[in-house]
Amino acid sequence: MTMEATTQVGIGLPSAKPVLFGYTSTQAIALAILVALVVLSPTVLYPVFLMKVLCFAMFASAFNLLIGYVGLLSFGHAAFFGMGSYVTAWTAKYWGLSAEVAILLGGLTGAALGAVFGWLAIRRSGIYFAMITLALAQMVYFFCVEAPFTGGEDGIQQVPRAKLFGVISLAPDMSIYWLVAGLFLFFFLFVHRVVHSPFGQVLKAIRENTARATSLGYRPDDYKLIAFILSTFISGIAGGTKALVFGIATLTDVHWSMSGEVVLMTLLGGLGTIFGPVMGALIVTAMENYLAQFGAWVTVTQGAVFVICVLTFRRGVIGELGAKLKLAL
Amino acid sequence: MAIARRELIGSMAAAGVASTLPITYARAQAKPKIRIGVLNDMSGPYRDITGMGSVACTQQALQDFGASNKGIEVEVIFGDHQNKPDVGAAIARQWYDQGVDMIVDVPTSSVALAVSAVARQKDKVFMDSGAGTSDLTGKLCNPNTVHVTYDTWMLAHATGAAMVKAGGITWFFITADYAFGHALQRDTSNFVIQAGGKVLGSVNTPFPGTTDFSSYLLQAQASGAKVIGLCNAGTDTINCIKQAHEFGVTKTARIAGLLVFISDIHALGLQIAQGLVLSGTFYWNLNPRTRAFSERVAPKMPGVRPGMAQAGCYAATLHYLKTVAAMGVVEAKRSGAETVARMKAMPMDDDVFGPGSIRADGRAVHPAYLFEVKKPEESKEPWDYYNVLAEIPANEAFRPINEGSCPLVHA
Repeated sequence: MTMEATTQVGIGLPSAKPVLFGYTSTQAIALAILVALVVLSPTVLYPVFLMKVLCFAMFASAFNLLIGYVGLLSFGHAAFFGMGSYVTAWTAKYWGLSAEVAILLGGLTGAALGAVFGWLAIRRSGIYFAMITLALAQMVYFFCVEAPFTGGEDGIQQVPRAKLFGVISLAPDMSIYWLVAGLFLFFFLFVHRVVHSPFGQVLKAIRENTARATSLGYRPDDYKLIAFILSTFISGIAGGTKALVFGIATLTDVHWSMSGEVVLMTLLGGLGTIFGPVMGALIVTAMENYLAQFGAWVTVTQGAVFVICVLTFRRGVIGELGAKLKLAL
Repeated sequence: MAIARRELIGSMAAAGVASTLPITYARAQAKPKIRIGVLNDMSGPYRDITGMGSVACTQQALQDFGASNKGIEVEVIFGDHQNKPDVGAAIARQWYDQGVDMIVDVPTSSVALAVSAVARQKDKVFMDSGAGTSDLTGKLCNPNTVHVTYDTWMLAHATGAAMVKAGGITWFFITADYAFGHALQRDTSNFVIQAGGKVLGSVNTPFPGTTDFSSYLLQAQASGAKVIGLCNAGTDTINCIKQAHEFGVTKTARIAGLLVFISDIHALGLQIAQGLVLSGTFYWNLNPRTRAFSERVAPKMPGVRPGMAQAGCYAATLHYLKTVAAMGVVEAKRSGAETVARMKAMPMDDDVFGPGSIRADGRAVHPAYLFEVKKPEESKEPWDYYNVLAEIPANEAFRPINEGSCPLVHA
């Protein structure tokens, strides 16, 4: 069903001429609005909440790169997000590394793990791929429960907000906000660039018809693996950033429900749309934040929203909007 | 020309004074409000021992203190940390950023440690009642944190030493695999060994989410230990005691609940729970003062009696409000560390724990009790569950202040 949905999104959209950096004119306008929102919203909304949204938006964009453009449903992305978070937290706390190095190490951990997992998992597709990634991610989860460096149920607490480049203090919320916003915009553009590069075209070709791509002389496994590693790298970055923002890295980040959450965000926002994951991250994080006082009802509401989404607007919020306006968003 | 300029400057200064005056006046008029956040488990395994009961007890403290009569405006909010340290830390950060002055309760040690760090960072007040870890007033203590009600040292000391004296010399631990469980096991083992007992082994159970303890219980039974120590809490403890009863483990070994709350006994029923030995600092039917408190709070908690963690929220909030009244609201809102310092200087006295005090390391000290669960025929009224076996005076109930390696003590 997911594969079907992906195909539907891919086909039948008007291919407008890119005007800027691979963006069509409508996408460029949408991007300008997004940048404006990222810059202006901390004056109105609580910056820590916004940073959480941006971290998850990064994570969902990375996930979308795989499912939306390669057609690979990974159900183990929490492993990369969580390990990135642990490594950043550990190196910032115990090695006293500066923020950008710690976050980069988090990303590289995600990528290294992704290289191993991807190498194993891309040999299969569809449900088998999802199950292999889930199984490997569960192994990572239990490793994190037992390994002494993660602090088990306590997690790694009191992670300092390390200085950027060793000089700029990130302790005030607004300073770290600009770092998170910068990282988010960079990787948001990066994912878009990847998708619209010749490499991205091959990925889409593989998604649409693997046999034909093979017969044209491409090696699908290589392309899939590279896409997988890119996605896990950005996931690790997102996890590491979140760890610095909240000063804590815990089992929540590696738990399978985190993998489920990123699937929900991407589906809700719109699979295979460039702005969809951002919208999805905003909706899911806002629900968690503002419904927190209702306890168990958060998960019930999330479930209901997911069902409604699948039944009534299968292309997600942004996907449906794009279809209505006949635009690729 | 010069005069004109002087006049101009003079009138500008006057205008400046005039324009600032109404603002300061307006600020003085808008009375600062004390905000208290009850952060605990509303949906998971600790909802019955904390949850809305803690909110009710906190509100009772406001009522008994008579905040509105004293001209202090107090607001109570609450939230669910889902027993996850990242969720708890995020809520605490948001609350403190948005004007909450004091967070109370916070069961689950890992969450409590995270919230304590946030309170320190934001210079606010954190009064823990629900969590057990003695690290909160030990090596991880800080000047913004107060720990009331109980801790693992107190439980381990009261239960562990008493059981060994009663002949339970060999122990096996079933431990919830997180900070609280490990701390409890570590402390209890020490007392068992000190009292001349022996620890035969232990097993860690994943937390949260374990419901079937049968294999762990059988492992404990196979060890031949006379006492099975349950280093867990809430529904985990309930499931362990029930399953121990069902599997007949209780015939060969005694169960020592290291952290058992009265709501757990209520859920188990006296038939299953009778004879269980446990320790605590509060029991609603302990003395006239605790009974009076329980009667007052009863309308807010229909059908249940407050447990010690919930009652601890009352004691903590009441002492906090007394301190705020003594300091003045503006001063109390300014610095959490100074407010806590004032709390430590003032003696505690409330219907829950009786007279007590807060030590330099943030530990609130008051008497502790060793209870035994009554037989069904001994119970005269609903929630009449405990016999008092021993009272441990306040100065012996908690870890000696110089043994906790709290940096505040040497400073």
